[in-house]
Amino acid sequence: MAWTNLQSDLAKQDYVASDDLSVALHLALSLGRPILLEGAAGVGKTEVARVLAAAKDTRLIRLQCYEGLDASQAIYEWNYQRQLLAIRAAGETGKDVETRIFSEDYLLKRPLLAAIQEEKPPVLLIDEIDRADEEFEAYLLEILSEFQVTIPELGTIKATSRPIVILTANGTRDLSDALRRRCLYTYLDYPDRHTELAILNARCPDIETHLGHQIIGFVQKLRAEELEKTPGIAEMLDFAAALMGLGVADLTADPAVLQATLTTLLKTQSDQANITTEVAQRIAGKAA
Amino acid sequence: MSRVTKFAARDPGPAARVSGFLAHLRDNGLRLGVAETELALAALTHIDASVPDQSKGALRAVCTGCKEDVERFDELFTSYWMDMGRVRQKVVPTMGDTAKDHVHSFRNAEGEDMSGSGDASTPDGGDGDAESDGTGKLVATETQNLMNRDLRDLVQPKDIAEAERVARRLGAALRDRRSRRRKAARKGDRLHFRKIIRQSLATGGEPLSLPKKHRPDRARKIAALCDVSGSMSLYAQIFLAFLAGLMRADDKADAYLFHTRLVRITEALRDKDAMRALARMSLMADGFAGGTRIGGNLSRFADTYAKRFVDGRTVVIILSDGYDTDPPELLSDALCRLKKRGCKIIWLNPLKGWRDYEATAAGMAAALPHLDHFAAANTLEDLANLETELGQL
Repeated sequence: MAWTNLQSDLAKQDYVASDDLSVALHLALSLGRPILLEGAAGVGKTEVARVLAAAKDTRLIRLQCYEGLDASQAIYEWNYQRQLLAIRAAGETGKDVETRIFSEDYLLKRPLLAAIQEEKPPVLLIDEIDRADEEFEAYLLEILSEFQVTIPELGTIKATSRPIVILTANGTRDLSDALRRRCLYTYLDYPDRHTELAILNARCPDIETHLGHQIIGFVQKLRAEELEKTPGIAEMLDFAAALMGLGVADLTADPAVLQATLTTLLKTQSDQANITTEVAQRIAGKAA
Repeated sequence: MSRVTKFAARDPGPAARVSGFLAHLRDNGLRLGVAETELALAALTHIDASVPDQSKGALRAVCTGCKEDVERFDELFTSYWMDMGRVRQKVVPTMGDTAKDHVHSFRNAEGEDMSGSGDASTPDGGDGDAESDGTGKLVATETQNLMNRDLRDLVQPKDIAEAERVARRLGAALRDRRSRRRKAARKGDRLHFRKIIRQSLATGGEPLSLPKKHRPDRARKIAALCDVSGSMSLYAQIFLAFLAGLMRADDKADAYLFHTRLVRITEALRDKDAMRALARMSLMADGFAGGTRIGGNLSRFADTYAKRFVDGRTVVIILSDGYDTDPPELLSDALCRLKKRGCKIIWLNPLKGWRDYEATAAGMAAALPHLDHFAAANTLEDLANLETELGQL
């Protein structure tokens, strides 16, 4: 099946994709629809896009959204300095100079415009769409359905290739129904023990089996604790790298080392205060 | 495979089954249009539709739009396609079925269920009224038992209209001036280059006029939490009217009730019919005029809804008298976490209007350091007068 091919392509790039995600991505590719990935921070939403671009051997164009992001940052902007210079240098007026300075040479392409003008369909990652404001979301809708950009001075630029669009969100605000409807949807959760172990083995192939099991058990138990910021997969990998770097073979061996490496997992002061050496030892003991 | 639903012999084919499934989802409150049916069919051609897990994955990607949908999808899928081999007679629902008026209210009733079940997992600190010892005394002589009373008796339509006016003015006062996006304006702090270049063409490249841009005002989002415990029941009328008005005036506002539990009433209050909105709210406010757990409820709010709905542009308004049966640390901790989300917190306390009022209630005292504004409000007029003060936040 085609979606299992995709899954193994992603696996070649060291990304362990669940069946649900693989089916959804496969559909997004074959139906030409954007896909919206939601989930907590650190479950590999952004990574999907990077890996997919690598698997398809194409460019990744990334647009990081933030509050106040507007068309001039996301789509295009005229290069005003060059335009001014051109008008002065030419000394001409009227129609000639107008057509010249409003030509593509003077256009600064931002991610969205760049993405639809690529030769080979790129992967367009619109990261944290929920951080951008609603006006931008509305604008995005237009581009995602028509794949064309209208520039008043230049006319409509049609897509030369349809990019593979991946949107990510982690619930900073509610997205509009209209946007949700246009996209395929997948919710990414923290992986289960088995999947996470596969991820760890893919990313850190030389980890010892015993330690690997202990790390996964520890992180999974830690997620069940009441934390302000639950550690994601990236944190788990940092944790594993830290332990391997320190040459630890067993989590329960040295409480002080374990506590020191917890800085890779716990990212707020109150979380660090809550998980004391005793608590960490208890969790590590259970995980073993 | 034996679990797969058998369809009646006169079933017109797979396409009709899929559209029947989408109608089934629609009846259960998922927002789907005709385009999704088409997309679902297209999606099924790209995978092996005879494998239930694959078609489930494909249909889930197409038909769901948010986490809540995803959580319910499996059950809905199973009930339609995996009906233990039972014969499903009606595949395509009749037109009248989906167009019926009750569909809307059914959906919302579901929403209530969900919030209800969420709350059930948090243990009540005791049993209702017993907790409010001491706190209810202030108004005890004038209070009837509102436990089973309909909110419609409390709030009149004209109150709502009045409250709507007040809420609208408050919303206008609460503008945020921190947008990073700029718009063309006659007076502004930055040059509008695109316009300058355009206009300078007419003058041979000399920029004679310099159009400007400025930061536009942004509306702030209001999240209002109203205490409807026993000690507050005297003021509930005004505050509930205010909430109802707020919801109608501002389509981004968010409202919650709390007593021993926390209930989100935003959806219910958005009902077009003001009185029906109140009726639905009374269904949710079960336990109205009971005890108060401010700390526990705010902490729950900070952990759940606030993560989705509260951001730097939000003003959280708490309408409560601060008589709390939870330990005060819980309250100050919850407010501290809320505050970290960058919102402004305003506490409106009906008792503050009293002469010689001091924040002696332990809860209130614990909350004070976290508040951006602490004011009195026991009538709609008071709320209206807040306008100037809130504008300065």
